[in-house]
Amino acid sequence: MVLQRFGLGLLTLFVVSIIIFVGVEFLPGDIAEALLGQGASPENVAALRHELGLDRPAHIRYIDWWAGVMQGDLGTSLANRRDIAELITFRLSNTLFLALTAAAISVPLALILGVLAALYRNGIYDRSVNVVTLGAVSAPEFLTAYVLILYFSVKLGWFPSLSNIDANTPFIEKLHQATLPAVTLMAVILAYMMRMVRASIINLLASAYIEMAHLKGMPKLRVIVKHALPNAWAPIANIIAISLAYLVVGVVVVEVVFIYPGLGQLMVDSVSNRDIPVVQACAMIFAGTYILLNLTADIVSICTNPRLLHPK
Amino acid sequence: MTDRLLEIRNLEIDGESDEVWHEIIKGLDLDLDRGEVLGLIGESGAGKSTLGLAAMNFVRPGCRIRGGTICFDGQELTEQSETTLRKLRGVRIAYVAQSAAASFNPAHQLIDQFSEIPVVHKVKNRQDAEADAKDLYRRVLLPDPNGIGYRYPHQVSGGQLQRAMTAMALSCRPDLIIFDEPTTALDVTTQIEVLATIRDIVREFNTAAIYISHDLAVVAQMADRIMVLRYGELVEESTTRQMMSDPKMDYTKSLWAVRSFKKEAETAATEINPVVKVDNVTAGYGKEDILKNVTFEIHRGQTVAIVGESGSGKSTAARVITGLLPPRLGEVQFNGETLPKSFKSRNKDQLRHVQMIYQMADTALNPRQRIRNIIGRPLSFYLNLRGKQKEERIRELLSLIELEPDLYIDRYPDELSGGQKQRVSIARALAAEPEFIICDEVTSALDQLVAEGILRLLDRLQREFNLAYMFITHDLATVKAIADNVVVMLQGEIVEQGPKTDVFSPPHHEYTELLLSSVPEMDPDWLNELIAHREKHGVMRSTSTS
Repeated sequence: MVLQRFGLGLLTLFVVSIIIFVGVEFLPGDIAEALLGQGASPENVAALRHELGLDRPAHIRYIDWWAGVMQGDLGTSLANRRDIAELITFRLSNTLFLALTAAAISVPLALILGVLAALYRNGIYDRSVNVVTLGAVSAPEFLTAYVLILYFSVKLGWFPSLSNIDANTPFIEKLHQATLPAVTLMAVILAYMMRMVRASIINLLASAYIEMAHLKGMPKLRVIVKHALPNAWAPIANIIAISLAYLVVGVVVVEVVFIYPGLGQLMVDSVSNRDIPVVQACAMIFAGTYILLNLTADIVSICTNPRLLHPK
Repeated sequence: MTDRLLEIRNLEIDGESDEVWHEIIKGLDLDLDRGEVLGLIGESGAGKSTLGLAAMNFVRPGCRIRGGTICFDGQELTEQSETTLRKLRGVRIAYVAQSAAASFNPAHQLIDQFSEIPVVHKVKNRQDAEADAKDLYRRVLLPDPNGIGYRYPHQVSGGQLQRAMTAMALSCRPDLIIFDEPTTALDVTTQIEVLATIRDIVREFNTAAIYISHDLAVVAQMADRIMVLRYGELVEESTTRQMMSDPKMDYTKSLWAVRSFKKEAETAATEINPVVKVDNVTAGYGKEDILKNVTFEIHRGQTVAIVGESGSGKSTAARVITGLLPPRLGEVQFNGETLPKSFKSRNKDQLRHVQMIYQMADTALNPRQRIRNIIGRPLSFYLNLRGKQKEERIRELLSLIELEPDLYIDRYPDELSGGQKQRVSIARALAAEPEFIICDEVTSALDQLVAEGILRLLDRLQREFNLAYMFITHDLATVKAIADNVVVMLQGEIVEQGPKTDVFSPPHHEYTELLLSSVPEMDPDWLNELIAHREKHGVMRSTSTS
């Protein structure tokens, strides 16, 4: 079962690579025009195209690219001739750092808030948590980001408004720099996760074994944590996986606002440069993250199902 | 002076539906002494479960206690805090639910769910609790009492789960156990063993019990005293023996008389050729064969009842006939002609002649369609009726099933009672003008009085249209009432078949005997005598507890 999903994941990855490639092909202009600017003569543009191998048909370039990837070679950037693997490693580690920081706070927080909301459902706590988190998710990310910058860096001066990170930045400093982007991301995913946890648990509270637990005189919190939560892992794991995937993939806007040197920003820059190999590599990493996290969620659902875990 | 354990006075409970509160329990009194077993009986909606739960001062979501007092062992429960009540539940008052399969948490081992009661309530430590669990598992006659606790609920059969739940209820040696239909979901042969276990264990620990059931014969075996409830009010109350021999109220008498319906006369086969012939069919899912070399015939105007426990292959046989499950071997003939194995390759006429009525009318009728569309669809699909013709036919069918057309034609299924929904299902099957109808447990979700009405209707329609019925049921009382021929199934094979009178009169096949003798009778001594008899003769045990 797991193997089958893994295979499907690889297939998805392949399809995604085609879509990205074709998508970028359709964009007007190419890197040669972008590099040389508007005043360039057609001869110069053609020469550069030839030098970069862009005059070959699209499908040949695509196959070439795949051949490289299979050998672990992501190729070189067309814009600055740097090795893409090298280029991406630093950016990816920054993005992952940001995503993990956001996840490390938001996942436990969402679980706790969700469980409490289920426990005191329809009460004043439940309602206010709902309103606040929904409000946070409804505001566009850039708005949240700018509001945070306005208060915490411009007015209070606690955090920098721009994330100035390089390879040698110490951990604590990195954390400090990443705080505002991480909080912005949290605002987006917290509501989804928390509401899903709440809904999954409330859904289960109507079942006979929950009534039985009450009739056995179990305390309310124990009923939810011991009796409802273990049966709610499958839907919760799914929403967490999707949220985490969003953390890695959806950072583009947040990274741009904070000029955070992550993968998202690299991708945005590369798209505007028409630097296809870099775009392709970033897209593959994003897609791979999505697929991997969803695969993990599937495995969690399988592993927490007692029927599959303890066959007859 | 008796030793009073529970005293409920003038209890009123309301339930909410669509934001309107209505009364569920209307001023009931209930008394229970230590060690006494009280039976609560009534049809669905009578308020039995609500009253039973109220003994723990517990109401389901959407209900509220409006008035009255609940005094348990000198303590007024309606005035206690949630924490005090919580400490009472599981320790001094325990509950055994109807469906053990749904009431055990699928994520935890049985013994965890047992031990958490004494451990959380600080009655015993974990080790002692587990030792006690094993001891109790032994006493409720579970196989492998030392190991079974470490299994998960889905690894244990329904009858065993119900025993494990009884053991769990005893974990803190409560003064009172509430049994809410504990055997309703079980097969008759399993039910009898669970009943005997529950009764013995209640006596052994001298626990008081409230035993809730809609099945009078079952309650008669268990209770010292019986209360008959209807619409949240008390109809009659007296000791079991008195109630059995001399019921006072008309309603009680009607409950007693429910099983009185009997088909007028058995119909002998009038034609040599059967309408439906299932010929040497083997079928199943995956690698497993659920049906093994099954052969039987159904003649025009006749009812063939297929009897057996759950898992015996009754419904699989229906799926093979309708073509939902193509058989591996063998074939199904209709009027001498072989039907294509899958319904996908059958033509409209072949489909039309085999209709089906399901157990749950609730799920078999589309809740978003009006009765007009539900019955009208087969009319236009099979018979190409349109417009006025179709409308007239729908009204005709509604009259046939004894529902006033003007009142019901524009209603949605939600606006009908359970019995009325089942009648609409019958009309939908009839609309196709079939020769053969499969009735899959059509009465088992209904109260006895309503079920009888459905059986009478089916019987009348059979005579009017010369229909052939295949009746799938586990309820032998229904079989006795309506069948002409009986097919007894066990683990996918037919153990005995023939005319009802032959099958139901000695000499029986060993399994038929077990089935027949397991049907509870309206005699308070029936269970005692049967258990004694079985122990003496060493009759085969139920097959489903393996």
